[in-house]
Amino acid sequence: MALTDVLFYLLAAMTGICALAVVVTQNIVRAAAWLLFTLAGVSGLFFLLGADFVGATQLLVYVGGTLVLVVFGVMLTAQSPFVNMRISAAEWGIALAVGLVLYGVLAASFLISNPKGVGDAQLGREEMADSILLGQALLGQWQASPQGTMSGLPADIHLRNRLAVSYLLPFEIVSVHLLVVLIGAAYLARAKRRRLAGPASLPVDGTDVSPPVDGQEQPLGAQT
Amino acid sequence: MDLVLAIVEALLLVTFVAGSAVFFIWLERKVAGRIQDRLGPTRVGGRFGWLQTIADGIKLLVKEDLIPADADPMLFRLGPYIAFCGAFTAYLALPFANGWVAKPLSIAIFFMLAVMSTEVFGIILAGYGSGSKWALFGGMREAAQMVSYEVPMALCVLVPVIVAGSMDLNYISNLQAGGIWNWYVFHDPFTFLAFWTYFTCATAQCKRAPFDLAEAESELVAGFHTEYSGLRWSFFFMAEYGAMFAVSGIAVLLFLGGWSTGLPFVPELSSTFATWLGSAEEPSWLGWVIGNVINVVVFIVKGWLLVFVQMWVRWTLPRLRIDQVMMTCLKYLLPISCVLLLGVSVWQLAVSPWVEPYFRYALCGVCLALFAWMAWKVWTTRSRLPVTVTGATNLWNRGPIPPELVQKS
Repeated sequence: MALTDVLFYLLAAMTGICALAVVVTQNIVRAAAWLLFTLAGVSGLFFLLGADFVGATQLLVYVGGTLVLVVFGVMLTAQSPFVNMRISAAEWGIALAVGLVLYGVLAASFLISNPKGVGDAQLGREEMADSILLGQALLGQWQASPQGTMSGLPADIHLRNRLAVSYLLPFEIVSVHLLVVLIGAAYLARAKRRRLAGPASLPVDGTDVSPPVDGQEQPLGAQT
Repeated sequence: MDLVLAIVEALLLVTFVAGSAVFFIWLERKVAGRIQDRLGPTRVGGRFGWLQTIADGIKLLVKEDLIPADADPMLFRLGPYIAFCGAFTAYLALPFANGWVAKPLSIAIFFMLAVMSTEVFGIILAGYGSGSKWALFGGMREAAQMVSYEVPMALCVLVPVIVAGSMDLNYISNLQAGGIWNWYVFHDPFTFLAFWTYFTCATAQCKRAPFDLAEAESELVAGFHTEYSGLRWSFFFMAEYGAMFAVSGIAVLLFLGGWSTGLPFVPELSSTFATWLGSAEEPSWLGWVIGNVINVVVFIVKGWLLVFVQMWVRWTLPRLRIDQVMMTCLKYLLPISCVLLLGVSVWQLAVSPWVEPYFRYALCGVCLALFAWMAWKVWTTRSRLPVTVTGATNLWNRGPIPPELVQKS
């Protein structure tokens, strides 16, 4: 067994066991810690496949971004020191059913699309999908699989180095969508401004009437 | 064979990270002692104070390792290791000389940024798992600060990447071989400003003062590592010093020429020595190694100099408040880095063809002249401060101290 095989089984076992632990553990932050190892294991699998760009993106987006925000959210919203989730039997049942259906769909699609279980080498796809290929596919400079039907270029244009597939436009649309979501979330979560007192309580000289806050933040106008 | 090679590389890197942490702790004490006129570090510990660092190490090894009763034991144990792994794994893609890198990646800089962003998770887990309010405050501040500063830091990294057209650190560094004006920091006004912005963000990313709110001693005891002691605590500090050298190494490779000596008319050393000792068709293996050893020394010295600047800043500037830290990032550094990114794109497309041959010489000349003038002023200015007990402010003085300046105590 080659070294890559050993590494694959080690990483796959780590990913699978940690994913199980995410589901089983009841403490949210501990589940996040297990999720960290699951996602790191998946990115390790990407690195093993030579897809280093995808692996690094997985680390940057999920571990450095999403997971930190999950824990940050728990820290901000928790009422007690260590949050535990109580899960009823019905929830276990639903989750189990959903998980099995998803797994079934994945397994079925794999078996139907690739019935004899042949690998990439037998299919004639020799080169690995490395980061350069991925970047070129994003700019439409190289044929990539799967074939994208949506293109950043007009269909009838024939540039020498550009092929029909470009993922740059879909990528940008998705990122604009993310921006919209972020702005919407910031709008929903923003602190409601407390309205100042009505015109009846305004003093004649127009000084600020915000209530004095324990000596520290007294506006200058209130002292004179 | 692959496995043996991987183990050797990993051992070399661990030795480098741990060894440089020891060196940086010694340096930190000496820098603090000199700058803040502290009595201890300028006196204690034998010649140059080397014994003090050894004593520190022994103390950390034999100190009692305790876990608070309120802590979550699993998260408490995990925290230091995740933080250290994040800082250490970044070194896998950091080239120390031409081709001398544990894992050559075409996206090395992206990989390093991605891996270093996982360090924050260990710190959050430590802060949360300690079951202490000080640690929790420190962890929360750290999470907010690191997630925010990642964005301008990555945008600043993109500026030299756009100039070079590659994310391969080895390639980027080799592009800057030759005279000091070839360094990307002098390439155009945007890379020049991006260097300072990057360094500010990197200092905040390593949670060094003036951005060390996560461990602010005066308000949070020690922040996220309040409850830690002994070896676990030292893992956090190895992670911090490891990350300091890693971000300095990135700055050196992207902006300061990597292993380029900066001497004019001296090309990249390893290939020069290889063709010099051998021939153009058959480069000498020995010459390559000799050149690369010099490259390693040049690169590490440059990295150490930037780490020294981080320490210099730490012991000179006061700490910001947490709202000031966040405001600096979101209101100033983020827009600045966006403008720099746009500006360098425009420069590369529109301006560069006309001024490319001249601009870098002009900028480099102005900077060197400014540096020489500052060095001259520092060298010739007599200190106006009264000389203190330790005489530390007398560091730059020449000649006897005038009697009216000597403090009578």
